[in-house]
Amino acid sequence: MKNFKILLNGIINENPTFVLLLGMCPTLGTTSSAINGMGMGLATMFVLICSNVVISALKNLIPDMVRIPAYVVIIASFVTLLQMVMQAYVPSLYKTLGIFIPLIVVNCILLGRAEAFASKNKPIPSFFDGLGIGLGFTMALTLLGMVREFLGTGKVFDLPVVPENYGMLIFVLAPGAFIALGYLIAIVNKLRKA
Amino acid sequence: MAYILIFITAIFVNNIVLSQFLGICPFLGVSKKVQTALGMSAAVVFVLTLATIVTYLLQKYVLDAFGLGYLQTIAFILVIASLVQLVEIVLKKVSPALYQALGVFLPLITTNCCILGVAILVADGTYNAQGLEPNLLTGVIYAFSTALGFGLALILFAAIREQLALVNIPKGMQGMSIALIVAGLMAMAFMGFSGVDQGLANLFGL
Amino acid sequence: MKKLQSSLVNMVLSLTLIVAVATGILAYVNQLTAGPIAEANKKALNDALKEVLVEGSQAGEPETYEMDGVSYKIYKADKDGQFAGAAVESSENGFGGALTVLVGFDKEGNIINYSVLNHAETPGLGSKSTFWFKKGEKGDITGKNPGTKALTVSKDGGEVEAITASTITSRAFLKAVNNAYAAYSGQHVDTSSGASQQKKEASAQVTTTNQ
Repeated sequence: MKNFKILLNGIINENPTFVLLLGMCPTLGTTSSAINGMGMGLATMFVLICSNVVISALKNLIPDMVRIPAYVVIIASFVTLLQMVMQAYVPSLYKTLGIFIPLIVVNCILLGRAEAFASKNKPIPSFFDGLGIGLGFTMALTLLGMVREFLGTGKVFDLPVVPENYGMLIFVLAPGAFIALGYLIAIVNKLRKA
Repeated sequence: MAYILIFITAIFVNNIVLSQFLGICPFLGVSKKVQTALGMSAAVVFVLTLATIVTYLLQKYVLDAFGLGYLQTIAFILVIASLVQLVEIVLKKVSPALYQALGVFLPLITTNCCILGVAILVADGTYNAQGLEPNLLTGVIYAFSTALGFGLALILFAAIREQLALVNIPKGMQGMSIALIVAGLMAMAFMGFSGVDQGLANLFGL
Repeated sequence: MKKLQSSLVNMVLSLTLIVAVATGILAYVNQLTAGPIAEANKKALNDALKEVLVEGSQAGEPETYEMDGVSYKIYKADKDGQFAGAAVESSENGFGGALTVLVGFDKEGNIINYSVLNHAETPGLGSKSTFWFKKGEKGDITGKNPGTKALTVSKDGGEVEAITASTITSRAFLKAVNNAYAAYSGQHVDTSSGASQQKKEASAQVTTTNQ
């Protein structure tokens, strides 16, 4: 029950994109389509869960003063692991996400969760925290990707919904990323207050 | 002439923040005042150029030479973090005035993804070198211009936000929401530069 | 277990240990995935070659060909022991960076098909180049011969329809295709198709379209 609460907390109360406003670079950079956003979200979730579990398991072995470099090394190792596996088995997605995969290392969400949660809790709650925050991030990216893809090309997950000629291409381009996210955050703000 | 083209393209056409989506966190985080934006921009120009040189040499003479390419991410992030620390210490000793101005921004830079991002792009040679061979010189010009582009976007954005603080904004839109929409409009304005690089390339006869 | 104190020995030990373990694991995984990565890359290239070459032909090892200081990779194809055209890898600066395309030609220099190997074009705009110029699409270039007339977009007086709102990408793409043809015909001075005579003309046209 407690773990379930931790999970929900990550998805709703502390949603990394809409509430904590962390990790904006991949949020904007990889959501030109729903499937890309989802891929990026899942990749981040994988690293987040692994690093959360390992850091909370090793927390007593890491002296306080060197904890940040130690966390960074652990996170970077999992990112590299992910890079190699993606390159081998999903090369096309790896190519699309490009530079944003190695940049998971500097995503503030990961170091933030390591510092705020994993370093104070046991591995199992840390796993659920990683899962929750990761799912929250994935959902936010998929949603933003869906909105942009729909408004920009009239498709959702590559399936045509309205004819392509009705698409507003600007939403697939850089400005549309900022604007769509701005309005989504405003809507979420409104819903949270209500 | 191609060097000038790299310079102009990196600042205006492929602006790192507004079209490449790198360095968004400091772009949104330290853009409330023009003064702080200036400090942050200067720190980024300094560290990004330095980090690119160091990581390029590391990639070329250590990682590639020993077949350790897979350690790139770990090695780069550690080198960048230590470099920032080093710059902080040296600056404190050598130029207290400069340290006063940039000091607070230095720790923030480690997690600025445009530093690691540009370092990886230059080391892999996957940036837009305008037909030139990607080497240390073009890489450094690219990194320096990219950082200037970051500074330009950040300072303009901060100036707009200063004005924005004085107007009435609907409640739900306050804060990050309106900031993002402003950034979107700025990105649209920068889209006006697209194609300028091709025009210049023709003008220079490249 | 009690938390380790931040003494110098502890700090150095724990950091060294973490880095060593991380490096070890990565080295191991690197070895595991090296094979599949190479295979995935090879498969991608082979699929592209199969797509653009004459059906049932076999591509050989790539030859490099230098033209105006740029090197092109040419994959010659054999069908039943006969020369059956080639695929040429050609790169051009697009809108967002390098645009690399593999173009397949038959013996006469007609375009069979193409495949975009690498691009950094805008999604939804320039990225359409991956299918826009294929058979049955709006900007169909298959069957055309860049030797008889260099390919240009209709805006520049040519007959290829550019991708909507992506003229720069379209121009870069066609330039890459024209260059690929020039490299192809330059490589095959011995073929009887007369491609060699057309080469000069083609490259002359390529330079005019650049301006």
